[in-house]
Amino acid sequence: MKQLRRSMLFVPGNNPGMIRDAHIYGSDSIMFDLEDSVAMAEKDAARFLVYNALTHLRYGKKELVVRINDLSSGLGIEDLEAIVRARPNVIRLPKTETAQDIIDCEAEIERIEREAGIPVGSTGMMAAIESAKGVLNAYDIARSSKRLIGIALGAEDYVTDLKTTRSDGTELFFARNMILNAARAAGIDAIDTVYSDVNNEEGFLKEVELIKKLGFDGKSVINPRQIPPLHKAFMPSEKDLIKARAIMNAIAQANARGSGVASLNGKMIDRPVVIRAERLLELAETADIIPIEEV
Amino acid sequence: MEITQMGIAGTMESSDIMIRLEPKETEGIELNLSSSVMQQFGKQITRVIMDTLKELDVDKVTVTAVDKGALDCTVRARVSTAVHRAANDSNYRWRTKG
Repeated sequence: MKQLRRSMLFVPGNNPGMIRDAHIYGSDSIMFDLEDSVAMAEKDAARFLVYNALTHLRYGKKELVVRINDLSSGLGIEDLEAIVRARPNVIRLPKTETAQDIIDCEAEIERIEREAGIPVGSTGMMAAIESAKGVLNAYDIARSSKRLIGIALGAEDYVTDLKTTRSDGTELFFARNMILNAARAAGIDAIDTVYSDVNNEEGFLKEVELIKKLGFDGKSVINPRQIPPLHKAFMPSEKDLIKARAIMNAIAQANARGSGVASLNGKMIDRPVVIRAERLLELAETADIIPIEEV
Repeated sequence: MEITQMGIAGTMESSDIMIRLEPKETEGIELNLSSSVMQQFGKQITRVIMDTLKELDVDKVTVTAVDKGALDCTVRARVSTAVHRAANDSNYRWRTKG
């Protein structure tokens, strides 16, 4: 079953209370952070805390992601030494600008997997793209490793690089489309950036609606309050589910007849319509939406 | 590891534990623990602190711990951080999750 990534909740890596409670908010993924949310003097403490949480706490079936410090910071290798051994599902590399960044990080992960007796290739990767250069290299980055499960936009650094600030989303239009198209061409997920004005629910919902229309799989979130409205926005409507089920029934009936052509309400069902219906039903099933009756 | 200087890790926030390690002249571990859940978990916290020190080969240290309801894994993490800081040792010994 496909891993949902409608919401990827950032959890500051040096906050024991938030690490303990991270699983209760219902996000699809928990993303422990060793990077921006951790003061430079506490990097060692956060690394120990996240390492011990991953090796001793149970988070059920939640996808566990750790954002490490980039390798050029002088902290990233030690992060990998600890975190790869703690066996999260995915390691998120920040500030990815080229495919080589991913290749270099993957080489370190593979070395540690071999040293630690962990099956090579079992640690997933995710790349955050946070600069103009990274956006322009998005497709090369997206296809640089089989370990990559997705690429994500990191907007704060990106808009600074562009010499602008965050506003209504106009400034992110190009980056979002580049990242989305790169991810789709590479067959991996596209995750949108955080919406940091946590008290502006209207602005958050507007942004969620936009990224859903564009085709993103989900969004990074920094406050648990953002999770329920985000999931609600990504939830298929009952009407859409009924239609999707009817399409799949029509296809099944056509196959049973030995016919390659299916129709519903007098309209021929094209292949893209079937793909969309399949995706919708898969999303509903994975999200534990109550199955609807067949029509 | 040899404790050569004061090393502090953790905070006084809820769910955390603050660990202060200081060099000790004589052999042995001297532990001064205070906890908001002393009655229920004092023995358990003591055990986790002592086990973590033993794993890191620390046998001569004065430990002051102020617990605010930390989980065992948090206690272990804060003790480990304090030990490496107090020993000025960045040779971490990460073990693979079993």
